[in-house]
Amino acid sequence: MKLYLKIWRQKDASAKGQMVDYTLDGVESDMSFLEMLDILNEELISKGEEPIEFDHDCREGICGTCSLQINGRPHGPDTMITVCQLHMRSFNDGDEIVIEPWRAKAFPVIKDLIVDRTAFDRIQQAGGYISVNTSGRPVDANAIPIEKHIADTAMDAATCIGCGACVAACKNASAMLFTSAKVSQFALLPQGQVEAADRVQNMVRQMDLEGFGNCTNTGACEIECPKGISLENIARMNREYFSASLKG
Amino acid sequence: MSGLIKSSIARKVVMALSGLFLVVFLTQHFVINITSVIDPETFNSWSHFMGYNPLVQFILQPILIAGVIIHFVMGFILEIQNKKARGISYVKYKGSANAPWVSRNMIYSGLVILAFLGLHFYDFWVHEMTYKYVEFLPEDPSRYHEETVEKFAPFWRTIIYMISFVLLSLHLWHGFSSSFQSMGVNNKYSAGIKIFTKLFSVVIPLGYAFIALYHHLNPITH
Repeated sequence: MKLYLKIWRQKDASAKGQMVDYTLDGVESDMSFLEMLDILNEELISKGEEPIEFDHDCREGICGTCSLQINGRPHGPDTMITVCQLHMRSFNDGDEIVIEPWRAKAFPVIKDLIVDRTAFDRIQQAGGYISVNTSGRPVDANAIPIEKHIADTAMDAATCIGCGACVAACKNASAMLFTSAKVSQFALLPQGQVEAADRVQNMVRQMDLEGFGNCTNTGACEIECPKGISLENIARMNREYFSASLKG
Repeated sequence: MSGLIKSSIARKVVMALSGLFLVVFLTQHFVINITSVIDPETFNSWSHFMGYNPLVQFILQPILIAGVIIHFVMGFILEIQNKKARGISYVKYKGSANAPWVSRNMIYSGLVILAFLGLHFYDFWVHEMTYKYVEFLPEDPSRYHEETVEKFAPFWRTIIYMISFVLLSLHLWHGFSSSFQSMGVNNKYSAGIKIFTKLFSVVIPLGYAFIALYHHLNPITH
């Protein structure tokens, strides 16, 4: 198939970027979206042009690195997948595909389609952990009985891969879904209770400091999340935050 | 506590609580207004009570005005922060693919409602304040029904009111149930809250529109 691509090109973080048109022929439907970009880059390199920079790592939907806004949606037109899991069979011959980086003040563009997502790392570092001694003789996790539905809900929250699609999809560039998933995965479990109050307050404070927007409960993040993280996590974080703040 | 006051979550809870307070007021206002269609005498007596009871006038009315101001000022603050958070806009952004129009355009439905409140205050509140505290006219418990019906004589005013009620409906459609999510309520009752939200956001604005249209079509003839 032949595709007409409009891709954001930006030399570096301080440069003013622009959309550049490319035409790519010979794309096969069983190629992944990233393979299609690989082929485009090979063509550009063979012509002596600068290849398009884009993030990718595992190419199996678990690292959360491939961050592309495709035709106005994070990770493209399909749901519950990352860009590396998106295949060209989702497009038709002659389609125009607009490819942009995530857009958020807290995710500045580094180059072309690559954004700096260390804001997520800083939120995580503010409290997204438990302080336990993991060396020597670790205690078997099963030594503390946990109801299955609670363990499942915590695991669902823990499947967040920190890709940033929630921020990219949200009209307010809010990071509430990401932060709430990282709060919830511990808030639900007994191991997370010791630092629960500090965790939620510190992570929300960091989230606000990074310049993410406010949540207006549109639900766009939940729809676009490749791991199906639920809005229930945001409600849980709000409850955790208030009870922690009121306790002082 | 200082962190709480400055946080994005607290700002959303302020929006939610002030919004729910206004929902309660909308319901009470509707109950009184519908009597203007059913029984003008009841409407007159309730309106007179609301207009002259010191608790309503000097405690509840300022609280209501504060609630309205807090809701729209906080709405503007949040909107400005949200716009800043994106910075550079997408060339292509398909918002309709993952969120309903009403949830993405609360600021616009809210602005229409705010503009409507300006007209509504001019029509009724300014008139009331002038009657009581500027012109010092005597109490007249029988004037309210006739004054209300007369307001809806012009077609343009009736139409503006009805359009505003459509936007109010859209605002409530998202805002009512969304306020519970902001306050951390997302549980087995959420489905029921969403159904009640849809019923409320259709029935109440439709009722208001009916009242306006009824008075326009049934003018008082002397």
